[in-house]
Formats: sequence, structure tokens, C-alpha cells
Amino acid sequence: MKVSLSWLKAYLKTEAGAAEIAGRLTSIGLEVEEIIDNASKLTPFIIGEIVAKDRHPNADRLNVLSVSTGTEKLQIVCGAPNCYVGMKSVLARPGDVIPLYNEKLEKGVIRGVESMGMLCSEKELGLSEDHEGIIDLKTDLPAGTPAAQAFGADAVIDINVTPNRPDCLGVKGIARDLAATGIGVFVNVPAEEIAGSFKSPVSVKIEDKACAQFLGRYIRGVKNGPSPKWMQERLIAAGLRPISALVDVTNYLTLCDCRPLHVFDADRIAGGLVVRAAADGEKLLALDDKEYTLATGQLVIADDSGVQSIAGVMGGIPTACRAETTNVFLESAYFDPISVAATGRDLNIVSDARARFERGVDPASCARGLLDATRLILDICGGEASEVVSAGAEPEGRRDIAFDFDLVSRRCGMDIPKAEQAAVLKKLGFSVKKNIVSVPSWRMHDVAQPVDLVEEIVRIYGTEHIPALTMRPESLPTGILLPHQKREVAVRRCLADRGLNQAITYSFTDSRLARRFGSKGIRVANPIASDLDEMRPSLIPGLLAAVKRNQDRGIKDVRLFEVGPEFLSHAPGDQRLVACGVRAGDCMPRHWLAQARAVDAYDAKADAAAALAAVEAPQAQVYADAPAWYHPGRAGSMKLGKNALAYFGELHPLVLKDFDIKTPVVAFEVYLDNVPASKPKSKLQKALKLSPFLPVTRDFAFVVDKDVPAEKLLSCIRSVNKDLIADVSVFDVYAGDKLPADKKQLAVQVVIQPADKTMTDDEINALATQIINLAAKNTGAALRSA
Amino acid sequence: MQHQIDDMKPDLLKSIGGAQTLAALDEIRVAALGKSGRITALMKELGALQGDARKSAGQVLNDFKNEIVRALEAKKAALELAEMNAKLASQTMDMTLPARPEETGRIHPVSMATEEMLTIFAQMGFSLAEGPDIEDDWHNFEALNIPKAHPARQMQATFFMEGDGDKILRTQTSGVQIRTMENQKPPIKIVAPGRTYRRDYDATHTPMFHQIEGLVIDKSTNLGHLKGVLLEFLKLFFETDDVQLRFRPSYFPFTEPSFEVDVGGVLARNIGREWVELLGCGMVHPNVLKNCGLDPDEYQGFAFGCGIDRLAMMKYGIPDLRPMFEADMRWIKQYGFLPLDVPTITSGLSLNGGHKK
Repeated sequence: MKVSLSWLKAYLKTEAGAAEIAGRLTSIGLEVEEIIDNASKLTPFIIGEIVAKDRHPNADRLNVLSVSTGTEKLQIVCGAPNCYVGMKSVLARPGDVIPLYNEKLEKGVIRGVESMGMLCSEKELGLSEDHEGIIDLKTDLPAGTPAAQAFGADAVIDINVTPNRPDCLGVKGIARDLAATGIGVFVNVPAEEIAGSFKSPVSVKIEDKACAQFLGRYIRGVKNGPSPKWMQERLIAAGLRPISALVDVTNYLTLCDCRPLHVFDADRIAGGLVVRAAADGEKLLALDDKEYTLATGQLVIADDSGVQSIAGVMGGIPTACRAETTNVFLESAYFDPISVAATGRDLNIVSDARARFERGVDPASCARGLLDATRLILDICGGEASEVVSAGAEPEGRRDIAFDFDLVSRRCGMDIPKAEQAAVLKKLGFSVKKNIVSVPSWRMHDVAQPVDLVEEIVRIYGTEHIPALTMRPESLPTGILLPHQKREVAVRRCLADRGLNQAITYSFTDSRLARRFGSKGIRVANPIASDLDEMRPSLIPGLLAAVKRNQDRGIKDVRLFEVGPEFLSHAPGDQRLVACGVRAGDCMPRHWLAQARAVDAYDAKADAAAALAAVEAPQAQVYADAPAWYHPGRAGSMKLGKNALAYFGELHPLVLKDFDIKTPVVAFEVYLDNVPASKPKSKLQKALKLSPFLPVTRDFAFVVDKDVPAEKLLSCIRSVNKDLIADVSVFDVYAGDKLPADKKQLAVQVVIQPADKTMTDDEINALATQIINLAAKNTGAALRSA
Repeated sequence: MQHQIDDMKPDLLKSIGGAQTLAALDEIRVAALGKSGRITALMKELGALQGDARKSAGQVLNDFKNEIVRALEAKKAALELAEMNAKLASQTMDMTLPARPEETGRIHPVSMATEEMLTIFAQMGFSLAEGPDIEDDWHNFEALNIPKAHPARQMQATFFMEGDGDKILRTQTSGVQIRTMENQKPPIKIVAPGRTYRRDYDATHTPMFHQIEGLVIDKSTNLGHLKGVLLEFLKLFFETDDVQLRFRPSYFPFTEPSFEVDVGGVLARNIGREWVELLGCGMVHPNVLKNCGLDPDEYQGFAFGCGIDRLAMMKYGIPDLRPMFEADMRWIKQYGFLPLDVPTITSGLSLNGGHKK
């Protein structure tokens, strides 16, 4: 809501300037977004007074002036015809930038006479096109005063009015709120009644309860034309384009008093007007030049020939006033906010009228608005007004609230004497009788409960008085992270420590890319962009898009992870927390000590295993299965029974093709929610038992069929004697010329940790034999002959 | 005997001193002390002497032998040291060559800021709560005193889920207030961080962003407590006492009274302003309490909602919001945090040491 200072001051008697008023507005909840201040264009300039004037010795049309700056006198050569001794004008001194030329003024010598500055025209200052002469300020302000102060330059204040304050979508409402702060006095003189001199030829009728009251008046013999300059200036300042006097009057009252009105060309109305629900398919060419097809139930104003206006939203072109309009019918009605909001939203029409009706106009304002508009039309356009025609009745405009004045102290922690509270309320138009507070009609829409009164009192009294009270915990704080949040933090730190960089990507992705990731089809109805139209079924597409962007910027080795939700359905909460990472390019950069190594599936496996370890997952089984977005032969899963804790491996080339990524990418997904809750445990650790016996290491080279998973052999060896076998690891894998084509060799190191005595060679050999036998039995492994 | 020793000694000591290698030294040792060495031969001659003569000659010979052994050992040690020094000298490497690279990743500043905030709120006795990203109309709007067709719904550009008009992406974390109050009786003192969504994209808006919600409900908590908690939180989070707060009356349907909170002091001065808008808050609206089955005549309290991304930007000097969600490696390296930079109250919340490479 933009309002010019002069318009505001028509209803607020105050000496305060724009900045002070703006500060006050912001402090009471009417946030000022901007002060548009023409006077600011005059910032560097001061008032200069001509104290002497002599003819230029070398030029007839030039004068040599002595101009006082208040502290010194400057010699200035001036060609303006209107200068005179005693004149005060706007003085630019060397260094000042002249807006018209956008150049710094310099000292000059004009026709042999030195000139130390310049007196300016309005055009030179960018104030108007006037370049007839220098500005004659005709001010009492002394020389040296900032020139801006001498200007009535009208600042425009742009206020962000919150939806609960429709009354402040009118200048009067803003003035009233300001007056309550004590910055000035609210001036509001009601217009004198105008008696009608004839009966309105247009009748009004209400057929739908979404219109409570409909008042109208016929004005005949008007002469339409431009509205007066003062009205145009106020409308322009508010951001409106003046159209014609008749239309401008209704717009003016919409902005001035939050009282939307409509004026019909009465000669184009067929019969009487009726407020009714539209029938499905009725059409109206509205004032925005668009034709709207109406749906059943939308509130309209119609005459005998059909819909002429969408009630409270926008009028129609067929009955609009034109230059030649001579008879008009003025409408002032009250429409139900919800009805107007729904119609406006469904038709997608944004208008000043809709914005006010849907927030709620003053229910007592129909008659006032009609009178004010009639007055303005008669004054500006002449003509003769009919008697008022009326349908319905003024809606309830009074509400009494039983108010406990102690509530302010209870809710705000500060004591404001009851008398002061009452005084604030009264200044805002409330009436207070003992503990009954009556809400004025224009606040019916937002003040309904005692707490609403508390807000009124606090915002006017001043929030700076709210004390800052400390709030200590009742007991000393402990860790507050929920179990899965602890996991999130732990896994983040773990993966970052492994060289992966944490990304946060959007929860939505491209449905065309999502289809390869088990899309659940959870679409956003109104996405911000067509490639962000589906809630992600996996975190991988977001990270792959990031890989592509990074590679396009020349970053070959990309290491990213994210911990966040993936979505399973529309149902709130049907989402799960995933730790997902990708690695592309080389695992480590090229270095003189080591060859560069391209990332492979085992990097992703290590990441997944580390992430699971970080969240204390139980030891999971590794399987060679993974979802379709992974490489069919280079990916796996980590599971507890059927419960998949993680997938890892190379991504499928078709997936990478979708993202136009040319290098292999490995990835992992860890489903943190699938990890069983670890038991609440004591922080006490098991006592460390150091074995006095040296561990023994034995190596075995087993030859197995190529398709035997290594893990099968390893777990078989572990199972031989869980007490003695402390560790089993693979230190070499070989397949090649020295073996049959369907065989591979796994070189395994077994660490044996004697428990209660040093083992003899015989005992160790016996254990080795057990290992060899069980491996042969379970996996078909043969010990490779040396 | 003495005579023989005197004959032998100078040459022997000289040859020991002059030995250039361990092998040469060993040859000298063998020639003197070996089985057929000259000193060994003298020892054998002792057997021919008797009595005191044997005793005194033995003493002299023994002293001589010990002297030679010591000389040999000293020389051996010297030669060994020289040999090692020569070997070490030959092993010299260029220590200015770079060491093996190690890659350390980064923690995203939004996660870091969230952890810092939770560290503070934990100190202040808050618990944690959370809610889903896809919300229903009730929890995001209706229960928060925003009925259908309410103009306040236009304040937030909402994402709707296709095929289910009741489901939306939460526009605010305030829905967590409702879920918490539906499931828990007061006293309630929670914070809830999370992803939120609005249909905006420009220099200062992204369609997804992060909020942290605070809610305190009991029988006596008032606006003064809200101001105190926010002031303390901001001072701790920004790690400065130069924080001023301005409560600017505003409007949210779920609080009454409602305020936008502006922060002044060093944070505003950093960006050349007197005040910077920071968060929204207020006393929970009685209608919201009623909607959650709480008696507004018995219970009251405050709620606040704050943009985590914005606070992170202000604290860490991040100039632009949009790159936060673009996963540019260069950006993460620059603005991210080392994995061991864990917020603690004892050493400070972030940047607790460690150079980022």
C-alpha cells in the first residue's frame, strides 16, 4: 500500500516528516518497505541567497551574483532571467553532481569572470521539465539549510500491510493507527448528507446471502473527464493510473477509506440490478479486457441482460463509464470475504477491490462510501443525485469482549496500568466500559478475542518495553538429539572424514530422471520448474546432477554425499532418512608416490560399511544384489536377513547416460531408518583383556570355482573355531593362465589367537587341517599345491 | 716380554688408527689376537715362565692386550658410524616434494549451523521434535488457525501434491507444533529443525530452505521469556554480546500477538544496515491450543520460526543463498566445515581450529 505523505497528512494532523512517520508505522506493525522520496534527489544541495547582483562586464545576458551560503559569499555567474537580490534558490557547489547532467560541477570562468557554483532550475535537479529560470524557493529558511527542507517534495511511503489489517488498506485507517501513537491527531470529518431529488430508475435486489447489503444511487447529468490534479497526484503516488473522474472517484475511495465501490454507466443497465450466484457458463468481459467464464455459485451483479460485474472482484466492460457517460449508477455493497476470496482465486483475478473485500471491509461503511462517492462525483462531474436505493441490511458491526486487563501482564511479562491500556484502545476507536471492550466496526475482522486486544495494547504501547526474561532449564541439559538424528550427525561426520563433501540438494527431482530410480510417482502439482516435479525416490539423481554440473565446470574428481529424506508415498511421514554418496573420477589425485586410481565399487562398499559402523549397525551380510540403477555385476547390498541396510556399487551406464556423465560413478545408499535401534547401553566398556600369548599367522592359497563368493570361504574359515580364529583376510586374488579358466585363487591370511596357553605346532597344524577340510567341504576349495 | 711389547705396540696402534675399513680393521685384529696372532703367541710364551716372573709378565701382557682390544673397539665404532653416515648421506631425499595426498571432506554450513543451534537450545533445556516434509492441510494450515480461503494462505506460495489436494510440502516447520501438542501434554519445550518449501526462486529465495521452530507451552511462559530466549540464543549463536533485538508487531495467524524480530548491532552493521529482519514469533494463538486439545485458559506459551540458511549466511559470511543447494565442490570446500570441527560449549561452536586445505 503506497500513500503519499500529503494524502496521509490530510487525515493526520502532524508536524512529523516522512522518516519519523515511517519509523512509527514500522514500530506498530505497519512495516514500511520503502520511502520514495523525491526530496532525497536534493541531498547535497543547500539554500543559497542572492545578496548582490551586478551586470556581467562582458555579457549582456549574464549577471554576476554574490550568493550567501550562510557562512560565506560565493561569486556566481548566472544567466537566469528571474534572479533578484533577496531570492533564495537551490545552490550547487563545486563537487556536487547535477542530476540532469550526471556530472560533478566544477569551478569555472565564464567570459572572463570566475564562477564558484550554480543556482539550479527544476529541470537540472530532475524535479520537473521546468527550465524557464532558477528555482525561486520563496522560503523563510535561512541560507545554508539543506535545500530538500524547502521543498514540499511529497514523499511516498510504501507499507507492507499484513492480511489481518484491511482497515489499513485505506489511508484513513493508517492515519488512525498513527494517531494512536501520539504522533498526530486523526482528522475525519464526515460528509454532509445529500438528499436525493428523485427516485432511482435502477432498482437493487439481493438474491444470495453472500451479499449482506447493497446500496445504490443514480446520478444523472454528470460530465465525465479527467479527475482533478490533487486526486490524480494521490492516485499516481499510490501506483494507480488515473482513468476518468468517475472511475478515479471509486478508486480513490477504495484506497482512502478501504471502501471499494463500483460505478455503472446507468444508460447501459437493462432493468434493475440483482446480486445473485452465477449460473455455470455465464460470461463477462471484465475491465481487464479478459473474458471470464463463471462457475455456479460465484457471486455476480447482473441486470436483465446478464452478468455485469463480478461482485467485489471486478466490473465489466459493457457497463463501464466512458467519456460520454452522462448518467451513472453507484454501487456500495458488502460482500462475504470468503465468497470474494474463492471467486477471485478461482478466476485468478487480482484487484484492489478483491484484496479488500476478502480481508474484510468495514461492515458499517456502505452508506458512508456511497455518500462520499456521491459528494465527490457531484463536486467534480456535476449532476443530480437520486434517493438511495437499498437492499439487505448493514451487517453486524459491533462486538463486545470481556477483557481482563491483567492478561497483558500474564502474556507479555510487563505491567501496563489499566488506564493506559484503556487509553490505547480508545485511541484506536475501541470503547471501554469497565471490563467490556467494544470493537469498532472496521476492526470486526481481526479483533475477536481478549488476546487480540493484548496485541493492540502491546504494539501501540511499544514492544521495547517487553522485558528480556531468562529461562533456565529445570535440570542440567543432556544430549537432546533423537536416536536417528544422532545417526545423521554421526554419519555426516564419518563420511566427511572419508573425503566426501556434504551436499544439500532439493527434495524434488526430475520425473524423467526419477523413473530409473524406482519412481513412486509422487508428483508436485505446481512445480517451480519442470525438472523439479517429483519428490525424489532416491538421493542419487540429485547428486548425479551435481556431478554433471561439477564436471562441466572442469572438476573431474567429484566426491559428494547427502543425508536426507527420500519419499515413499504422499502420506505425511512416509519418507526415510538416507545417507547417500557418489564418487566420480579418481579416488586420489595423480601423485609422484602412487599411480592415480579410478574409483571402483569397493570404494563405495567401504563408504557404506563405514557409514553403517558409524551408526552402530550390526554386522550385515553382503550380497551381490542391488537395485536396477546399479551395475548388474559390480554392486551389492548389505542386509540383515531381508532388511536391506545399504546398497553400493558402480552405477548403471544407462543411468549415467541419462545425466550425460561420461565417467564411471560409484555410489552407495545407506537406509539409516532400517538400522535396528541399538540397545541403550552403559558407557562402561568391557574390561580390556590382553592375551599373554603371541598370535600366530597362517597363510592359505585356496583355489575355488570363479563364481564362489569370497565371503563364503571367509565365513566358513571363521566358523571353524570362533574362539581361536581372531581374523581372516584376503591378501591376494588371482585368476589367469596358471589356473583353469573357471577357477580363481584366494590367498587368505588367518590370525590365530591362543586363548589360555601357547599352542604347539601340532595343535596349530590340526587347526589348519580343520580349516582346509571345512573349506573343501563347504566351498569346494582346494589348497593350491606349491 | 716388556721388550717385545714395546716393539710391537707403536706399530700396532698406528695400524689400528690407520685402518680405513671394518675389514682392514678385522685383519689387524686377527693378526694380533687371532689364533696365530702375535699377542696370542706371546700369551702362549707365558706358559714357559714361572712364579713371580710369570705373574708380572702376565700382568704386563694382559694390560697390553686390553689396550689393543679397546683401541680396536673404538676404531670399529668410529668406522661403523662413518659407514652409517655415508649410507644415510646416500639416502637423502627431497623433503620439499609433496607428501601423499589425503582428502578430507566438508560438513555443509546449514548442517553445521543446525548443530550449533541445537547445542545452544540443549543448554537451554529444549528437547527436539520433528515432522514430515509432506504435510496435510490440517497440520500446515487448518490447525494453525489458517482456514481455507484465508488470505494468509496467499502469504506463502505453497507446493501442492498432485492427485491429493490435502497434501502439500510444508511451508513452515510450524506443523511440528501441532504434532507435538497433539501427542504430548505441557510443559512442552521443543525445537524442530527441518526442510521447508515455498514456490519462490530469486536472489534471496530458493524453493527449499531450512527452518528451526521453537515452542514452549506451560502455564506461565510469556513474551518476556520469548525475548530472553531469543536474545540469549542469538548472542550464543553469533558468539557476540553486541546483539540488539527489535520486536516489530506483525501478523501470523497462529500467534497473537505476533512479531517480526529484527537484529541490530554488529550483525546489521556488517551489512551496512541498522536492523536486519531475522525471524518471526509470538504467543501461541488460543485457537491453535484449542485445535490441539489444550485449554487456552490454562496453558499459554510462545513459538518462533527462524530461517537456518539465513542465519548461517550471516554468521559465516556466505553472500548468496542459491549456491547452498547446488553442490558445487568449490563452494563446499570454501564454506564447509572440517569433520572434526564439532560444536561444543567449551571451545566455541565452529571454526575450532584446523586449516582447510
